[in-house]
Formats: sequence, C-alpha cells, structure tokens
Amino acid sequence: MSALTKLTLKAAVDGLAKGEFTSVELTRAHIDAVEAARGLNAYILETPEKALDMAAKSDARRALGDAGPLEGAPLGVKDLFCTEGVRTTACSKILENFVPTYESTVTKQLWRDGAVMLGKLNLDQFAMGSSNETSYFGPVTNPWRAQGSTKALTPGGSSGGSAAAVAADLCLGATATDTGGSIRQPAAFTGTVGIKPTYGRCSRWGVVAFASSLDQAGPIAKTVEDAALLLTSMAGHDPKDSTSLDIPVPDFTQFVGKSVKGLRIGIPKEYRVDNMPAEIEKLWADGIAWLKEAGCEIVDISLPHTKYALPAYYIVAPAEASSNLARYDGMRYGLREEGANLTEIYENTRASGFGDEVKRRILIGTYVLSAGYYDAYYLKALKVRRRIAEDFDNAWEKVDAILTPTAPSAAFGLGENSNDPIAMYLNDVFTVTTNLAGLPGLSLPAGLDANGLPLGLQIIGKPLDEGTVFSVAGAVERAAGFTAKASKWW
Amino acid sequence: MTQDSKQIQGRTGPWEIVLGLEVHAQVASKSKLFSGAAVGFGAGPNEQVSLVDAAMPGMLPVLNRFCVEQAVKTGLGLKAQINLKSRFDRKNYFYPDLPQGYQISQFDQPIVGEGVVSVERDDGTTFDVRIERLHLEQDAGKSLHDQDPNATYVDLNRAGTALMEIVSRPDMRTSEEAAAYVKKLRTILVYLGTCDGDMEKGNLRADVNVSVCRPGAYEKFRETGDFKHLGTRCEIKNVNSYRYIQQAIEYEARRQIEILEDGGKIDQETRLFDPTKLETRSMRSKEEAHDYRYFPDPDLLPLVLDAAWVKSIEETLPELPDAKKARLQSQYGLSAYDAGVLIIDADRADYFEAAAKGRDAKLVANWVTNELLAKLSAAGIEFTDSPLPSSDIAQLVELIENGTISSKIAKEVFEHMWAGEGRPAEIVEKRGLVQINDTGAIEKAIDDLITGNPDKAEAVKDKPQALGWFVGQVMKATGGKANPATVNELLRKKLGVE
Amino acid sequence: MAIDAATVRKVARLARIAEPEERIEALAQELNGIMTWIEQLAEVDTDGVEPLTSVVDSGLPLRDDVVTMGGDPARVTSNAPKSVGNFFVVPKVVE
Ligand SMILES: [Mg+2]
Ligand SMILES: [Zn+2]
Repeated sequence: MSALTKLTLKAAVDGLAKGEFTSVELTRAHIDAVEAARGLNAYILETPEKALDMAAKSDARRALGDAGPLEGAPLGVKDLFCTEGVRTTACSKILENFVPTYESTVTKQLWRDGAVMLGKLNLDQFAMGSSNETSYFGPVTNPWRAQGSTKALTPGGSSGGSAAAVAADLCLGATATDTGGSIRQPAAFTGTVGIKPTYGRCSRWGVVAFASSLDQAGPIAKTVEDAALLLTSMAGHDPKDSTSLDIPVPDFTQFVGKSVKGLRIGIPKEYRVDNMPAEIEKLWADGIAWLKEAGCEIVDISLPHTKYALPAYYIVAPAEASSNLARYDGMRYGLREEGANLTEIYENTRASGFGDEVKRRILIGTYVLSAGYYDAYYLKALKVRRRIAEDFDNAWEKVDAILTPTAPSAAFGLGENSNDPIAMYLNDVFTVTTNLAGLPGLSLPAGLDANGLPLGLQIIGKPLDEGTVFSVAGAVERAAGFTAKASKWW
Repeated sequence: MTQDSKQIQGRTGPWEIVLGLEVHAQVASKSKLFSGAAVGFGAGPNEQVSLVDAAMPGMLPVLNRFCVEQAVKTGLGLKAQINLKSRFDRKNYFYPDLPQGYQISQFDQPIVGEGVVSVERDDGTTFDVRIERLHLEQDAGKSLHDQDPNATYVDLNRAGTALMEIVSRPDMRTSEEAAAYVKKLRTILVYLGTCDGDMEKGNLRADVNVSVCRPGAYEKFRETGDFKHLGTRCEIKNVNSYRYIQQAIEYEARRQIEILEDGGKIDQETRLFDPTKLETRSMRSKEEAHDYRYFPDPDLLPLVLDAAWVKSIEETLPELPDAKKARLQSQYGLSAYDAGVLIIDADRADYFEAAAKGRDAKLVANWVTNELLAKLSAAGIEFTDSPLPSSDIAQLVELIENGTISSKIAKEVFEHMWAGEGRPAEIVEKRGLVQINDTGAIEKAIDDLITGNPDKAEAVKDKPQALGWFVGQVMKATGGKANPATVNELLRKKLGVE
Repeated sequence: MAIDAATVRKVARLARIAEPEERIEALAQELNGIMTWIEQLAEVDTDGVEPLTSVVDSGLPLRDDVVTMGGDPARVTSNAPKSVGNFFVVPKVVE
C-alpha cells in the first residue's frame, strides 16, 4: 500500500473522511515504509504497536462521528518532544534511557486532534547542529542524492530526522523545532515545507529546551497546506508556558490559496551574500518574478544588521543553553558516571553524556556569562538583538512579507563541514534573524540546483501574521510547481 | 548604649563589629513559587514535588500571584519602595539539591527596593536598620547526609518553595543588635501574615555578614558609603535562632580579630555555624571561586505590577508593631515598656485591648504582661490558646476597681482562675473573698489590737514606719479581706500618725 | 589570545565538564576562533540600546496559589539512577 504513503496529509485526511481507507491501513503502510527505510536513520525509535493502537482508536472515533481535524493521520515526532511512556533522548547519551511521565503540549494537541504517532525522529543532539551529525544515534542520511551520485548527503539540522522522514514518505508530517533555522534549513535541504511560527505561538512545555528565548516548535510537511493544517493544531496558548501568547489561533489553512495581489514583498539586499551559488540567486529571482506575476509589489529593503545576527546568536543561544543544560547532572535522571567525589561525578557524567558540539556551546555560553565577560559579550549581543529586531520593525512600515533564500547552499555531504564549526554555523545565516526577532519564517521548495538537489525559499512575516506567510507561500508553491521527489534508493 | 560597649579589646587595641543580614523568610503560600506542588512541613520524601521542581526536561516555571502579593505586602510593611517592574534571573551553580542547576532569583531588578526597620534594644533605646532590598527566589531541596555512610539522600519537597530574601545594610554593630533586628523583622512578617516566622522549621533564617574594623572606620563608611573603610566580611549561612545568631557573631568576630592581629588577612568566604562546637567553619574549598553567571531567566518575562493593585494591597495592611505600640501608649496611657511587651505579637495586643475596654487600662496591662504572660509562657501556651478569655481578666480588674477584692486577693483569685475554678466573680463569691469595707468591723479589729499592744501603739507615734506591723495584723485578723486603704486610714486616725 | 588554556580549564570547571588535559590547548584555539568571529559585534553601535531579553513584550502571567501538582514521588524518581524509599540517592556530599 505504498500509494498511501505518497499522499499529502490533506489528501490522506480527506481519504479517511470519505472512508477510502482506514487509519489502521494508512498507519500500517507508513510502518512498513519506516521499517524499509532504516538505512536513512530518520527514526531513532519506532513505536508501531502504539501507532496501530492509536490508529484503531482513531478509526473507532471516526465510526462514532467524532473525528478531529487530523483524525487518523500518522506523524513522526522529533525526539526533542517529551512523549509520555515513550523514551525521549534529545539524541544525547545523557538522556539515553529517559522515559518521560508526561506529554509535551504540542504533541498532546496533535493527539487531541486525532493524529497517530509513528515514532521518534533523529536530530542533532539537543538540537545543536545544522547537519544532524551531532546526534548520539548517528546522522540521518538525506533521501536526496545528487544526480548520478551515491554520496550520502546531510538532510540538514537539527530537525534532519523530521525533514528526511517527510521527504521519504515515512510519515505524513512531523513535529520539529527551530532555534536558529532548525526547521527551515532541513526543509530546504529535503524539498519539504517547514514553518517556524511567531515566538510564543507554540507551547514550549515538554520540549527539551535548547535556548528558551529562541526555541519554537513548528511542523515539517509535504505542502504549504499540510504545514498550515499541522500548525493550526500545534499552536495555541498554554498557561504552563509563561512565554506562550494568549492570542487565538486562526485556521491557517484558510490563508493558503488566498490571493496575494497588492501585497508588498520586501527583498533585503543584505541577504545577497558572498559566494552564494548562482542557482540560489536565480531561484530568488524566480521567486520575485512569480510574486510579481501574482500581483505583489516588490520593494527593495535594507536589514542593515543582518550580518551580525549569527554572531549575536552564538552568544545568546549558548548562554541560555549552558544554563538550560545544567539540569543534566546525573542526579535525578539520565546518565551518571563514576568519580572520586561529587565534582568529578558531575564532570565525568557531563563529559561522557554530552557530545562535542553540545560541550563546545556550553563552554562558550559559560564563558560569555562569566564574571568580566557578561557586559562585553552577553549584554552586547542582547543589544545587537534589539538592533536586528528594529531592522524588521522598520521594514514592516514598507512591506507585508519578506522573501529570501532559506539557506546559502543545497544539501552538502555528510562530514563535509564537521571540522569547521563556523562554516557549519553559516548555514543559518538567512534563518537566524527571525529567531532573534521572534518572527514567523517558512521555507518551501522552489526548485532544483544543477545536481538535482532541492533549494528552498523563505518567507518571513510580521509577528503573528503567519496567515500572510501562508498566503505568499501558497502563491510561490503554485507558481514553482515543485513536484520533484527523491528517487527511492534506500 | 555607649561607644565603648561596641568595642572588643584585642591585643593590639580595640575593634568594632559591623553586621549586615540577609534574612530568608518563607512565604506563607499553599503552593510553590513557580509550580503547583504543595508547600508544607512533614510530608514524606518527594511527596511535594512536581515535575517542574524536579527539573524534568522541558518543564517551565509559572509564577505564583500570591507570592508576589506577599512580597509587595512585606515591602510595604518595611516602608520600602515597590518596584513596579522587576525581573527574575538565574543564579547558576551545581548542587544535588538544586535540581535545575540554577536558582531562580532576582538579581539587579528586585521587586522591593530600599526600606527601613526601627529596632528596639533590650534597654529600650532604638536604632534604624536600612533595608537594601527584598527579592523573591526559590528555596533548594534538602540533603540528608546521615542516612547512608556512602551516599547522600535528596528530598526535593522544599525545592522551589518561595522565599523572600530581605537584605539589610551593614547597620548592626553588636550581636545583640543583630538578634534584635531579626526579632523585629520576624514580628513585622508575622503581623503581615506573609511568613509564619517559624525559625525551628527553617521558615525564617539568616545569613549573617560579619566584619571587624578599628574604631572610627565605620563612621567613615557611613559618611562616604565606601566599603573600603570596612574589613573583609565573611557570610555565615543559614543561622536559625536568635541565640545562634549571637553566638556565631561572637565567635566569628573573635576569629577575625585574631587573624588580623596575627598579621593575617580575612578571606571573603561563606561559613557555617556549628551550634554544638559554638564555632564557624569554612563551607567550601577556597580554590572553588564562585561565579554564578546571573542572567535574565528566558523562561520568564519581566514582572510588571499595576500601581492600583499595589495600592489595594497597601489599603489592606494591618496595623504594624510600631504604630500599634504608639497607639497603645497614647490611647491607654501605657508605658513604652508595657506597650512594647504587648505588641510582640498582635494576638497579645488584641487580647489586651479586648480586656481593657471600659477598664483601668494600666491595671489590665499589668495583669496581662505579668501574671497571665508568666503563666502562659511557663505552660508553653500561645495567647490565642489562652484558657482564660480576655473577659475574665476584664472581670478580675473590675472586681479590683469596684473594691470587691484587693489586689492581693486578686492574685489569689487569679490562681483559682488559672486552676479552672470558673469566672473571677464566681470564685470570689464561692470562696468568700469579698473585701471588708465595713468600717465598724475594721474599727473593732483595730481597737482590739491597740488594747492588746499598748506599748507598740505608743511607739508608733515616734516611728511611723512601724505602722506596717499594725496593717499586717489587721489584715491577718480579717483574713486579708479588709480594704487596705480603709485600714490605713483608720489606723492613722486612731494611732495619731500623720 | 583571549581564551587561553587556563580560561578553558576554569570555564570547564564552572560548567562541570571534564576536559582531558591533552584537549585543553586545542579547545582553547577552537573557542578562540569562534570568539574572534563573534567579536565583529563590536562594530555595531549599541549606545543607548536597551538589551532585548525576550521578543514577547507583555508582562509575566501569574497563576493562582492552588496545589495542582505533586503527591506522586514514584513518578518523580522513576528515572533516577538510584533511589531509596522515594529519596534520590546521590554521591556522598561532603560539606
Ligand atoms: Mg545570602
Ligand atoms: Zn537567597
């Protein structure tokens, strides 16, 4: 029943509603696909029994006429979301055997709306990375390969497992998180759609924290409409998260397909970076042309502090992470190593439990917060962050949304950037600004490079204006007509 | 208090102590500062722990409104500035009873700013202690070191409980002043109802900052505000009784003086008071320099208070000890001492005021602060649980006032009251203790006495102090029931004493 | 170099991460590379700029003082490396 896995989420939900197939059948098809795709290493934990049980219950609910908006749809869950009774690791050795006794708000809402969980998806350890290579369980392999090549490529990170699973039809959609670009860059690398909503749209409760002021959950999906469907379910006010926004969530699917005529689209000149591949320049130009044809007004804008976003991010995020990850100390849960005294036990536990990139960021974060450096680094970064947010505030006086490339390159080979942290960090150059400013950003596939690898465009919106983002994305999606899929080799 | 009594004589000359206190007062809330777990004493291990308190992955803090209100209330009670915008920060350090690896506290933007507390010394004089700030923060859990020789047991019931940390300026100069300050602070908190003040349970405890300096240096510090005039301070952590506070300070000051007189220097460090050895010792190894890396907690937003809300809290503040004392003095004509004793807790003052209604207030105050207080404290009973209602004291005083009994008989009546024999009037009636005001009966007793002791009656004319003997004899003859004033008056007349 | 070996040792100790002595030098260089790149922030004029700690510009929400959690010590200790009688058992702490 492999045809069932090829469906979009929307088509599957419609098919279920029409009784063309059952959730058990749909789920079974996905379980089979997941088992056949173990070589991709997208899932680090498969939960087929739970999936079938949830599917059977979903079918029963539907029979009673009690179907939710995602009723019966099998999804994958990034292993950063705590799932009750199901091991949650953040892909770190330090949480290798951690079984939460609670369910994250975002996943709880998906199950509330009828969705089915297939398993837990791979990610960069504690969501720190842009290639999925920092996972304790090994990297995910991108289902896409360059034409005529068998070289293993990265699916991007940190939500590499989510992006690869969606691209390879191993689920109808997946949860993901984005702290500096971790939804959008992998979406771009895998030909999928991903949106990071406005900060505060999705509850952070039950999501393993990386950098609290930047972390946002969002979906990775096959189409813009699917992403809208999922976000509508995932978003919403949660009194358990003090930064959650107490603002009603519209049905985002209503915005997909809406005319974009008359919308002013900003093109920031600072996103034209050195050494950007010509194909990405070309794709961006295509995007501009498509929106112009759709009746948008194209406006050149300036976001002058763009180049400082990444360095500011690499202070703010590690600083918060160094503190957020202090709880992984081997005392109440997780790994505990031996040592001659308490301090050594802490040090050995954390040295052995955390991967190199996590340790690197904890050290940077500890350093920038330590006595004598706080003002020069941390406080400075917060001020630069304000400058970046102000850049956008100024832009919103002139435009309704902003169009940029998602990432500065297509998917690169596994292992290619792993020895150069800064080169790896530069992957997030176009995405990190929206995290710092708290804005919604969506990536959708818009074309292929010369090697046949997908490339993404990013649409950035005003705070809480995901609606316009979805409308613009829908217009680009229609114009781009991107239908390419990774050919199955796994 | 004279300048000299502040001084400690060292080998090389006099020294003075400078003391600043950080008092941690547990907020009297039902649930924790950032989680919905219960706050309480005596629950089983980890019974009062939420997933938030245990710092499970992905758990987030949500602030308790009641705790904020209590902090504001306390700030108002300390006559302090309420900051309408404050912020929570993380104080980062590792310890097994600190689940998050950080304490959520308030660093540079506390909820309450500068205030002042007026403190009474034992001799009745007063001094001011300036409050630097009050902030809200989480308590840590409890480590038990004696359960297992090779392991420590951790109970997180206390973790996350709301504390108000009240930081004073270094305005105390003797260990007695420090204890008096904590006593006063405790009284204010209990009046406000924001902390139960139970020091035995650790619900109120003090970190004592001790330094020593030469005479004159402190005055320079007060003039300039520059700490360089003061000595290096050591912080003695978590001292939880007035006596320990005094003992810890005495020991620590001596220790510092000895080091300085031997030409050494004081390391700024945290120390622990050992109440069995009566000494302080260093808590953490010296090379372990602390760097708490405070930064704004990104899980929380700035705390913004509505000025109208603060005002509404202010309007519900109870009468505080200083105001109550002043009122008792002016309204009832009490001495500063009696008023001071009565306002130690609000229940005591309420009891007094209820008994004093329509009665001789000074007399009531005497009965309450002397006889009743002595009985209650000997029995370990609180005023609220007093077996004698205030109306009994009122009635007793009434009996004295209207001459039914003498003050002396009243003491006897009081003993019977305490023994549970009933209301004062009943006891007087039942036991026949009514005072003899009948001059005829008293006159007869006096006449008998003079007739039986002519020599003494003669002698008293030259030696009026001998009159006491006659008074005593008349009282004896009347079973103590004669009105002493009448006895005196008649004796003088009959004996011809002026 | 802003970050020398001693700084790395100090920071690693603060962060409670054991870094083997033979890694310290390389780590110092690596962190230095990152910090040097970060230092371009100095170019930004931030005079009079208010630091941005959160993009959410509302005040902190408050909850009522009611007991809604706890009472389940087994749940709290269910992932503990070691626990006895609902206590967490941790390495001996010497004070
Ligand atoms: Mg202290
Ligand atoms: Zn404190």
